[in-house]
Amino acid sequence: MTKAMTGAKMVVQALRDQGVDVVFGYPGGAVLPIYDEIFQQNAIRHILVRHEQGAVHAAEGYARATGKPGVVLVTSGPGATNAVTGITDALMDSIPIVVLTGQVPTFMIGSDAFQEADTVGITRPCTKHNWLVKDTANLSATIHEAFHVATAGRPGPVLVDIPKDVQFASAEYQPKAKAKTARYQPRVKGDPEMIERLVEAIETAERPVFYTGGGVINSGPAASQLLRELVDATGIPITSTLMGLGAYPASGRNWLGMLGMHGLYEANLSMHGCDLMVNVGARFDDRITGRIDAFSPRSRKAHIDIDPSSINKVVHTDMPILGDVAHVLEDVLNLWKARGRKVNREGLQRWWAQIEDWKKTDCLKFKPSEGSIKPQHALARLEALTKGRDRYICTEVGQHQMWAAQYLGFEDPNRWMTSGGLGTMGYGFPASIGVQVAHPSALVVNVAGEASWLMNMQEMGTAVQYRLPVKQFILNNERLGMVRQWQELLHGERYSHSWSEALPDFVKLAEAFGAKGIKCDDPADLDDAIMEMIDHDGPVIFDCLVEKHENCFPMIPSGEPHNKMLLGEASTKDAIKAGGAVLV
Amino acid sequence: MNALNIKKGSTKHSAYNLRPSFSETIETHTLAVLVDNEAGVLARVIGLFSGRGYNIESLTVAEVDHAGHKSRITIVTTGTPQVIEQIKAQLGRMIPVHDVHDLTAEGRSVERELALLRVEGTGEKRVEALRLADIFRAQAVDSTLESFVFQITGTPEKVDAFAELMRPLGLVEIARTGVAALSRGL
Repeated sequence: MTKAMTGAKMVVQALRDQGVDVVFGYPGGAVLPIYDEIFQQNAIRHILVRHEQGAVHAAEGYARATGKPGVVLVTSGPGATNAVTGITDALMDSIPIVVLTGQVPTFMIGSDAFQEADTVGITRPCTKHNWLVKDTANLSATIHEAFHVATAGRPGPVLVDIPKDVQFASAEYQPKAKAKTARYQPRVKGDPEMIERLVEAIETAERPVFYTGGGVINSGPAASQLLRELVDATGIPITSTLMGLGAYPASGRNWLGMLGMHGLYEANLSMHGCDLMVNVGARFDDRITGRIDAFSPRSRKAHIDIDPSSINKVVHTDMPILGDVAHVLEDVLNLWKARGRKVNREGLQRWWAQIEDWKKTDCLKFKPSEGSIKPQHALARLEALTKGRDRYICTEVGQHQMWAAQYLGFEDPNRWMTSGGLGTMGYGFPASIGVQVAHPSALVVNVAGEASWLMNMQEMGTAVQYRLPVKQFILNNERLGMVRQWQELLHGERYSHSWSEALPDFVKLAEAFGAKGIKCDDPADLDDAIMEMIDHDGPVIFDCLVEKHENCFPMIPSGEPHNKMLLGEASTKDAIKAGGAVLV
Repeated sequence: MNALNIKKGSTKHSAYNLRPSFSETIETHTLAVLVDNEAGVLARVIGLFSGRGYNIESLTVAEVDHAGHKSRITIVTTGTPQVIEQIKAQLGRMIPVHDVHDLTAEGRSVERELALLRVEGTGEKRVEALRLADIFRAQAVDSTLESFVFQITGTPEKVDAFAELMRPLGLVEIARTGVAALSRGL
C-alpha cells in the first residue's frame, strides 16, 4: 500500500526498502530534512566521515567487501564537489555506489545561491547515470531506479540530486516493486555460438592462459567458484589484473600471479607467448597491455565482458562474448564437460614446462637488509603473520600498492580493495573504514605510503569515533616512491618535488586522535611490532620506516611490450645469464 | 643508474604513447539515436563526444514521440571503423538511450538538411540570385526590395553548393538545421 510522506522520509524509506543498513555521509544545509529523518530512526546506521571524499571511498570499501551497493549522503555545493574524486574512482573501477546529494530549493536553482553547484552537470561524466529530482512524486521511484542502475550490468556510481523543497514536500511513496527498471536490462547470457568457439579453442590450444579481472569479482561469488572449477579442470594457467586478485586463490596450482606493468615475470611472459588468451572480465587497460602493437602478438583472444563498449576498444578480439561472467563461465564449463573435457595435453605440458622455467627467475626476489626494513620484507612479514586470518586488505596508490599486490596472497574475492583505474591517493584509509563497518570483527589492514595516507588522514576521527580497529600499515620512505622511481628511471634522476620535508610524527598523530601509534625501523623488531598492531583492539597507525630508495620491480617500462621486462637488481644478472627472453 | 638506457630528459617513453593497431581509414557515418526526452539527455550525448574526443560534423535533435517522451538525435560523425564502433557502443550503454542505428552501415538512407539564406543586392545580382534559386528549387520565403531569404532543402552537399553560388551574389547570413536522416523503405 502506498502512502503520502515527505521527500525526506521517502529517502529513508527507499533506502530501507533497498536493504541499506549503513550510509556514509556528512550533513549540511541542503540535506538537513533527510538528516532529521535519519535522527528519528534506527534501521539505518549513519557513519559521519570527516570529508565527503572519504564518504565515497568508505562506501566503495563497503561495496567491494560485501558485494552490496555503498550509499553516500552529502550536502549541496562543496559536499557534492568534494565527492567527485570518489565518484570518478568508483566509475573507473566499476563499483556500485548510490550518492544522494542535497541541492538548493528548485526555485533557487540557477541563481548562484549559497552552496549551489550544478551537481548533475559536474557529475554527468563521472557517474553511470544521474538524476535531478524536481518533484517529490518522482523521488522514491528515482531512488529505486538509481539502485537498479548502480548494480545491474557493469556496476558503477549513480547520483540523485534532491533539492531541499523536494525533501520538505509530500507525495505518495512508490514501492520498490513499481520502480522503472525496464529501460536498463543488460544482457547476461552469452552468445552460444561464440561460447562454442571458445570451448573449441580451449580444447585445442597449446599455450592457453586465463587473464581475469575485476569483472569476475563484480559478477559475484558464483563467478569466482566457476572460474576456479574451469581453471582447475582444464589445467590452464591463470593470471589476473590488480582488480581481479582473489577470484582465483593465490595458493591455487595454476596461479601465475598478477600481470601488468608491475606484474610477475611468468605472468607477463605467458601473456606474451600464449596462443589463446581468455580475458574474463578485464578491459585491456594500458597498465596491462604495455605497447599495444606488440601485445601478445601470436594469440587468438576471447573476451568475456558485460559492457559492449569494452569489447574491441583497444585490442581486437577474435571471440567477443557479451554477457555476465558467471552466466558465461557456467555455459562454457557445461559445454566443455559435455564435449568430453578435452584439452591439448601435450601442448599444455610443454607450456607448463616453459612457465616453470620462467618461474625460476624468481622475479620477486629482493636483497634483504640487516640495517633497514625493505618494504618487500615488511609486506612478506605482514603476509606471514596475517595469513589465514579473517583478513581484508586495502591500499593507497603507489609503490606500496604494487608491493602489496605482489607479496600478499589473496585466497578469496572481495578481500582486496585498491584504487586501480583512477589511481586515487587517499583511497585506502577511508576504504578500510567502510570495510571495517561491514565486517566489524575482521582484521582490516590498509597498506599505505605516508604521502597517500596523509591525503585523507582526517578520517582518523571517524575510525576513533566509531571504534573501528582499522590498521594503517604505513610503509614510510619519506618519498613519493613511485614518482621518485619514475624520475630516477625516466627523468634523469631529477627528483622534482617527490619528497616531503615536514612529515608528522605518526605515533604522536595517532595519540592526538586518541588512537595507538607504533613505530618500527629495525627488521629485528618488525614481527613483534606487527603482532602488537594486530592484537591491539582499536585503530592503529603503524609507522614502518623503510628503505628510502627501493624501486618496485619487475617493471615493464612504459611504452614497451611484455617481453621487455625490467627485473630487480637482485635477479637481473641471473636472468640475463640464463639466456631467457630479452631483458632490460 | 639508468637501467632503461634512456637518454636523460627523453620524453619519448610515456605509457600513454600506446596506439592501437586498427585501421586508420576515416569514415563518415550518420547515426540515429532514439532517447528518452528527459533533462540533460543532449548534454550526456554531447559530453560523451567531447569527453572521449569524437567528432561531431552535424547534430539535430527534436522530440518525435510526444506521448512516449522520445527524441531522435541524428549525428553525423567521422572516425576510423573502430572509433565508429566505440561511439555506437558508448551511446548504446547510456541509460536513456533506447536504440542506436548506424544508417550508413545499415544500407541506403535519405539525408536532408534545411537552410535559410539571406541574400542582399540589387540589379543584375538580384535577378541572378532569383534565377539560381529557381534552379535549386529554393523558395523565397521573405523579400524586400534589396534582399531575399531563401529556403532550401536537400543533402548537405546541395546546400553547400547553393551557398557557394550565393556568396558572390550578396549572401550575408545563413542558418542550417543539420542533417535529419531516415533509412529507405525496403
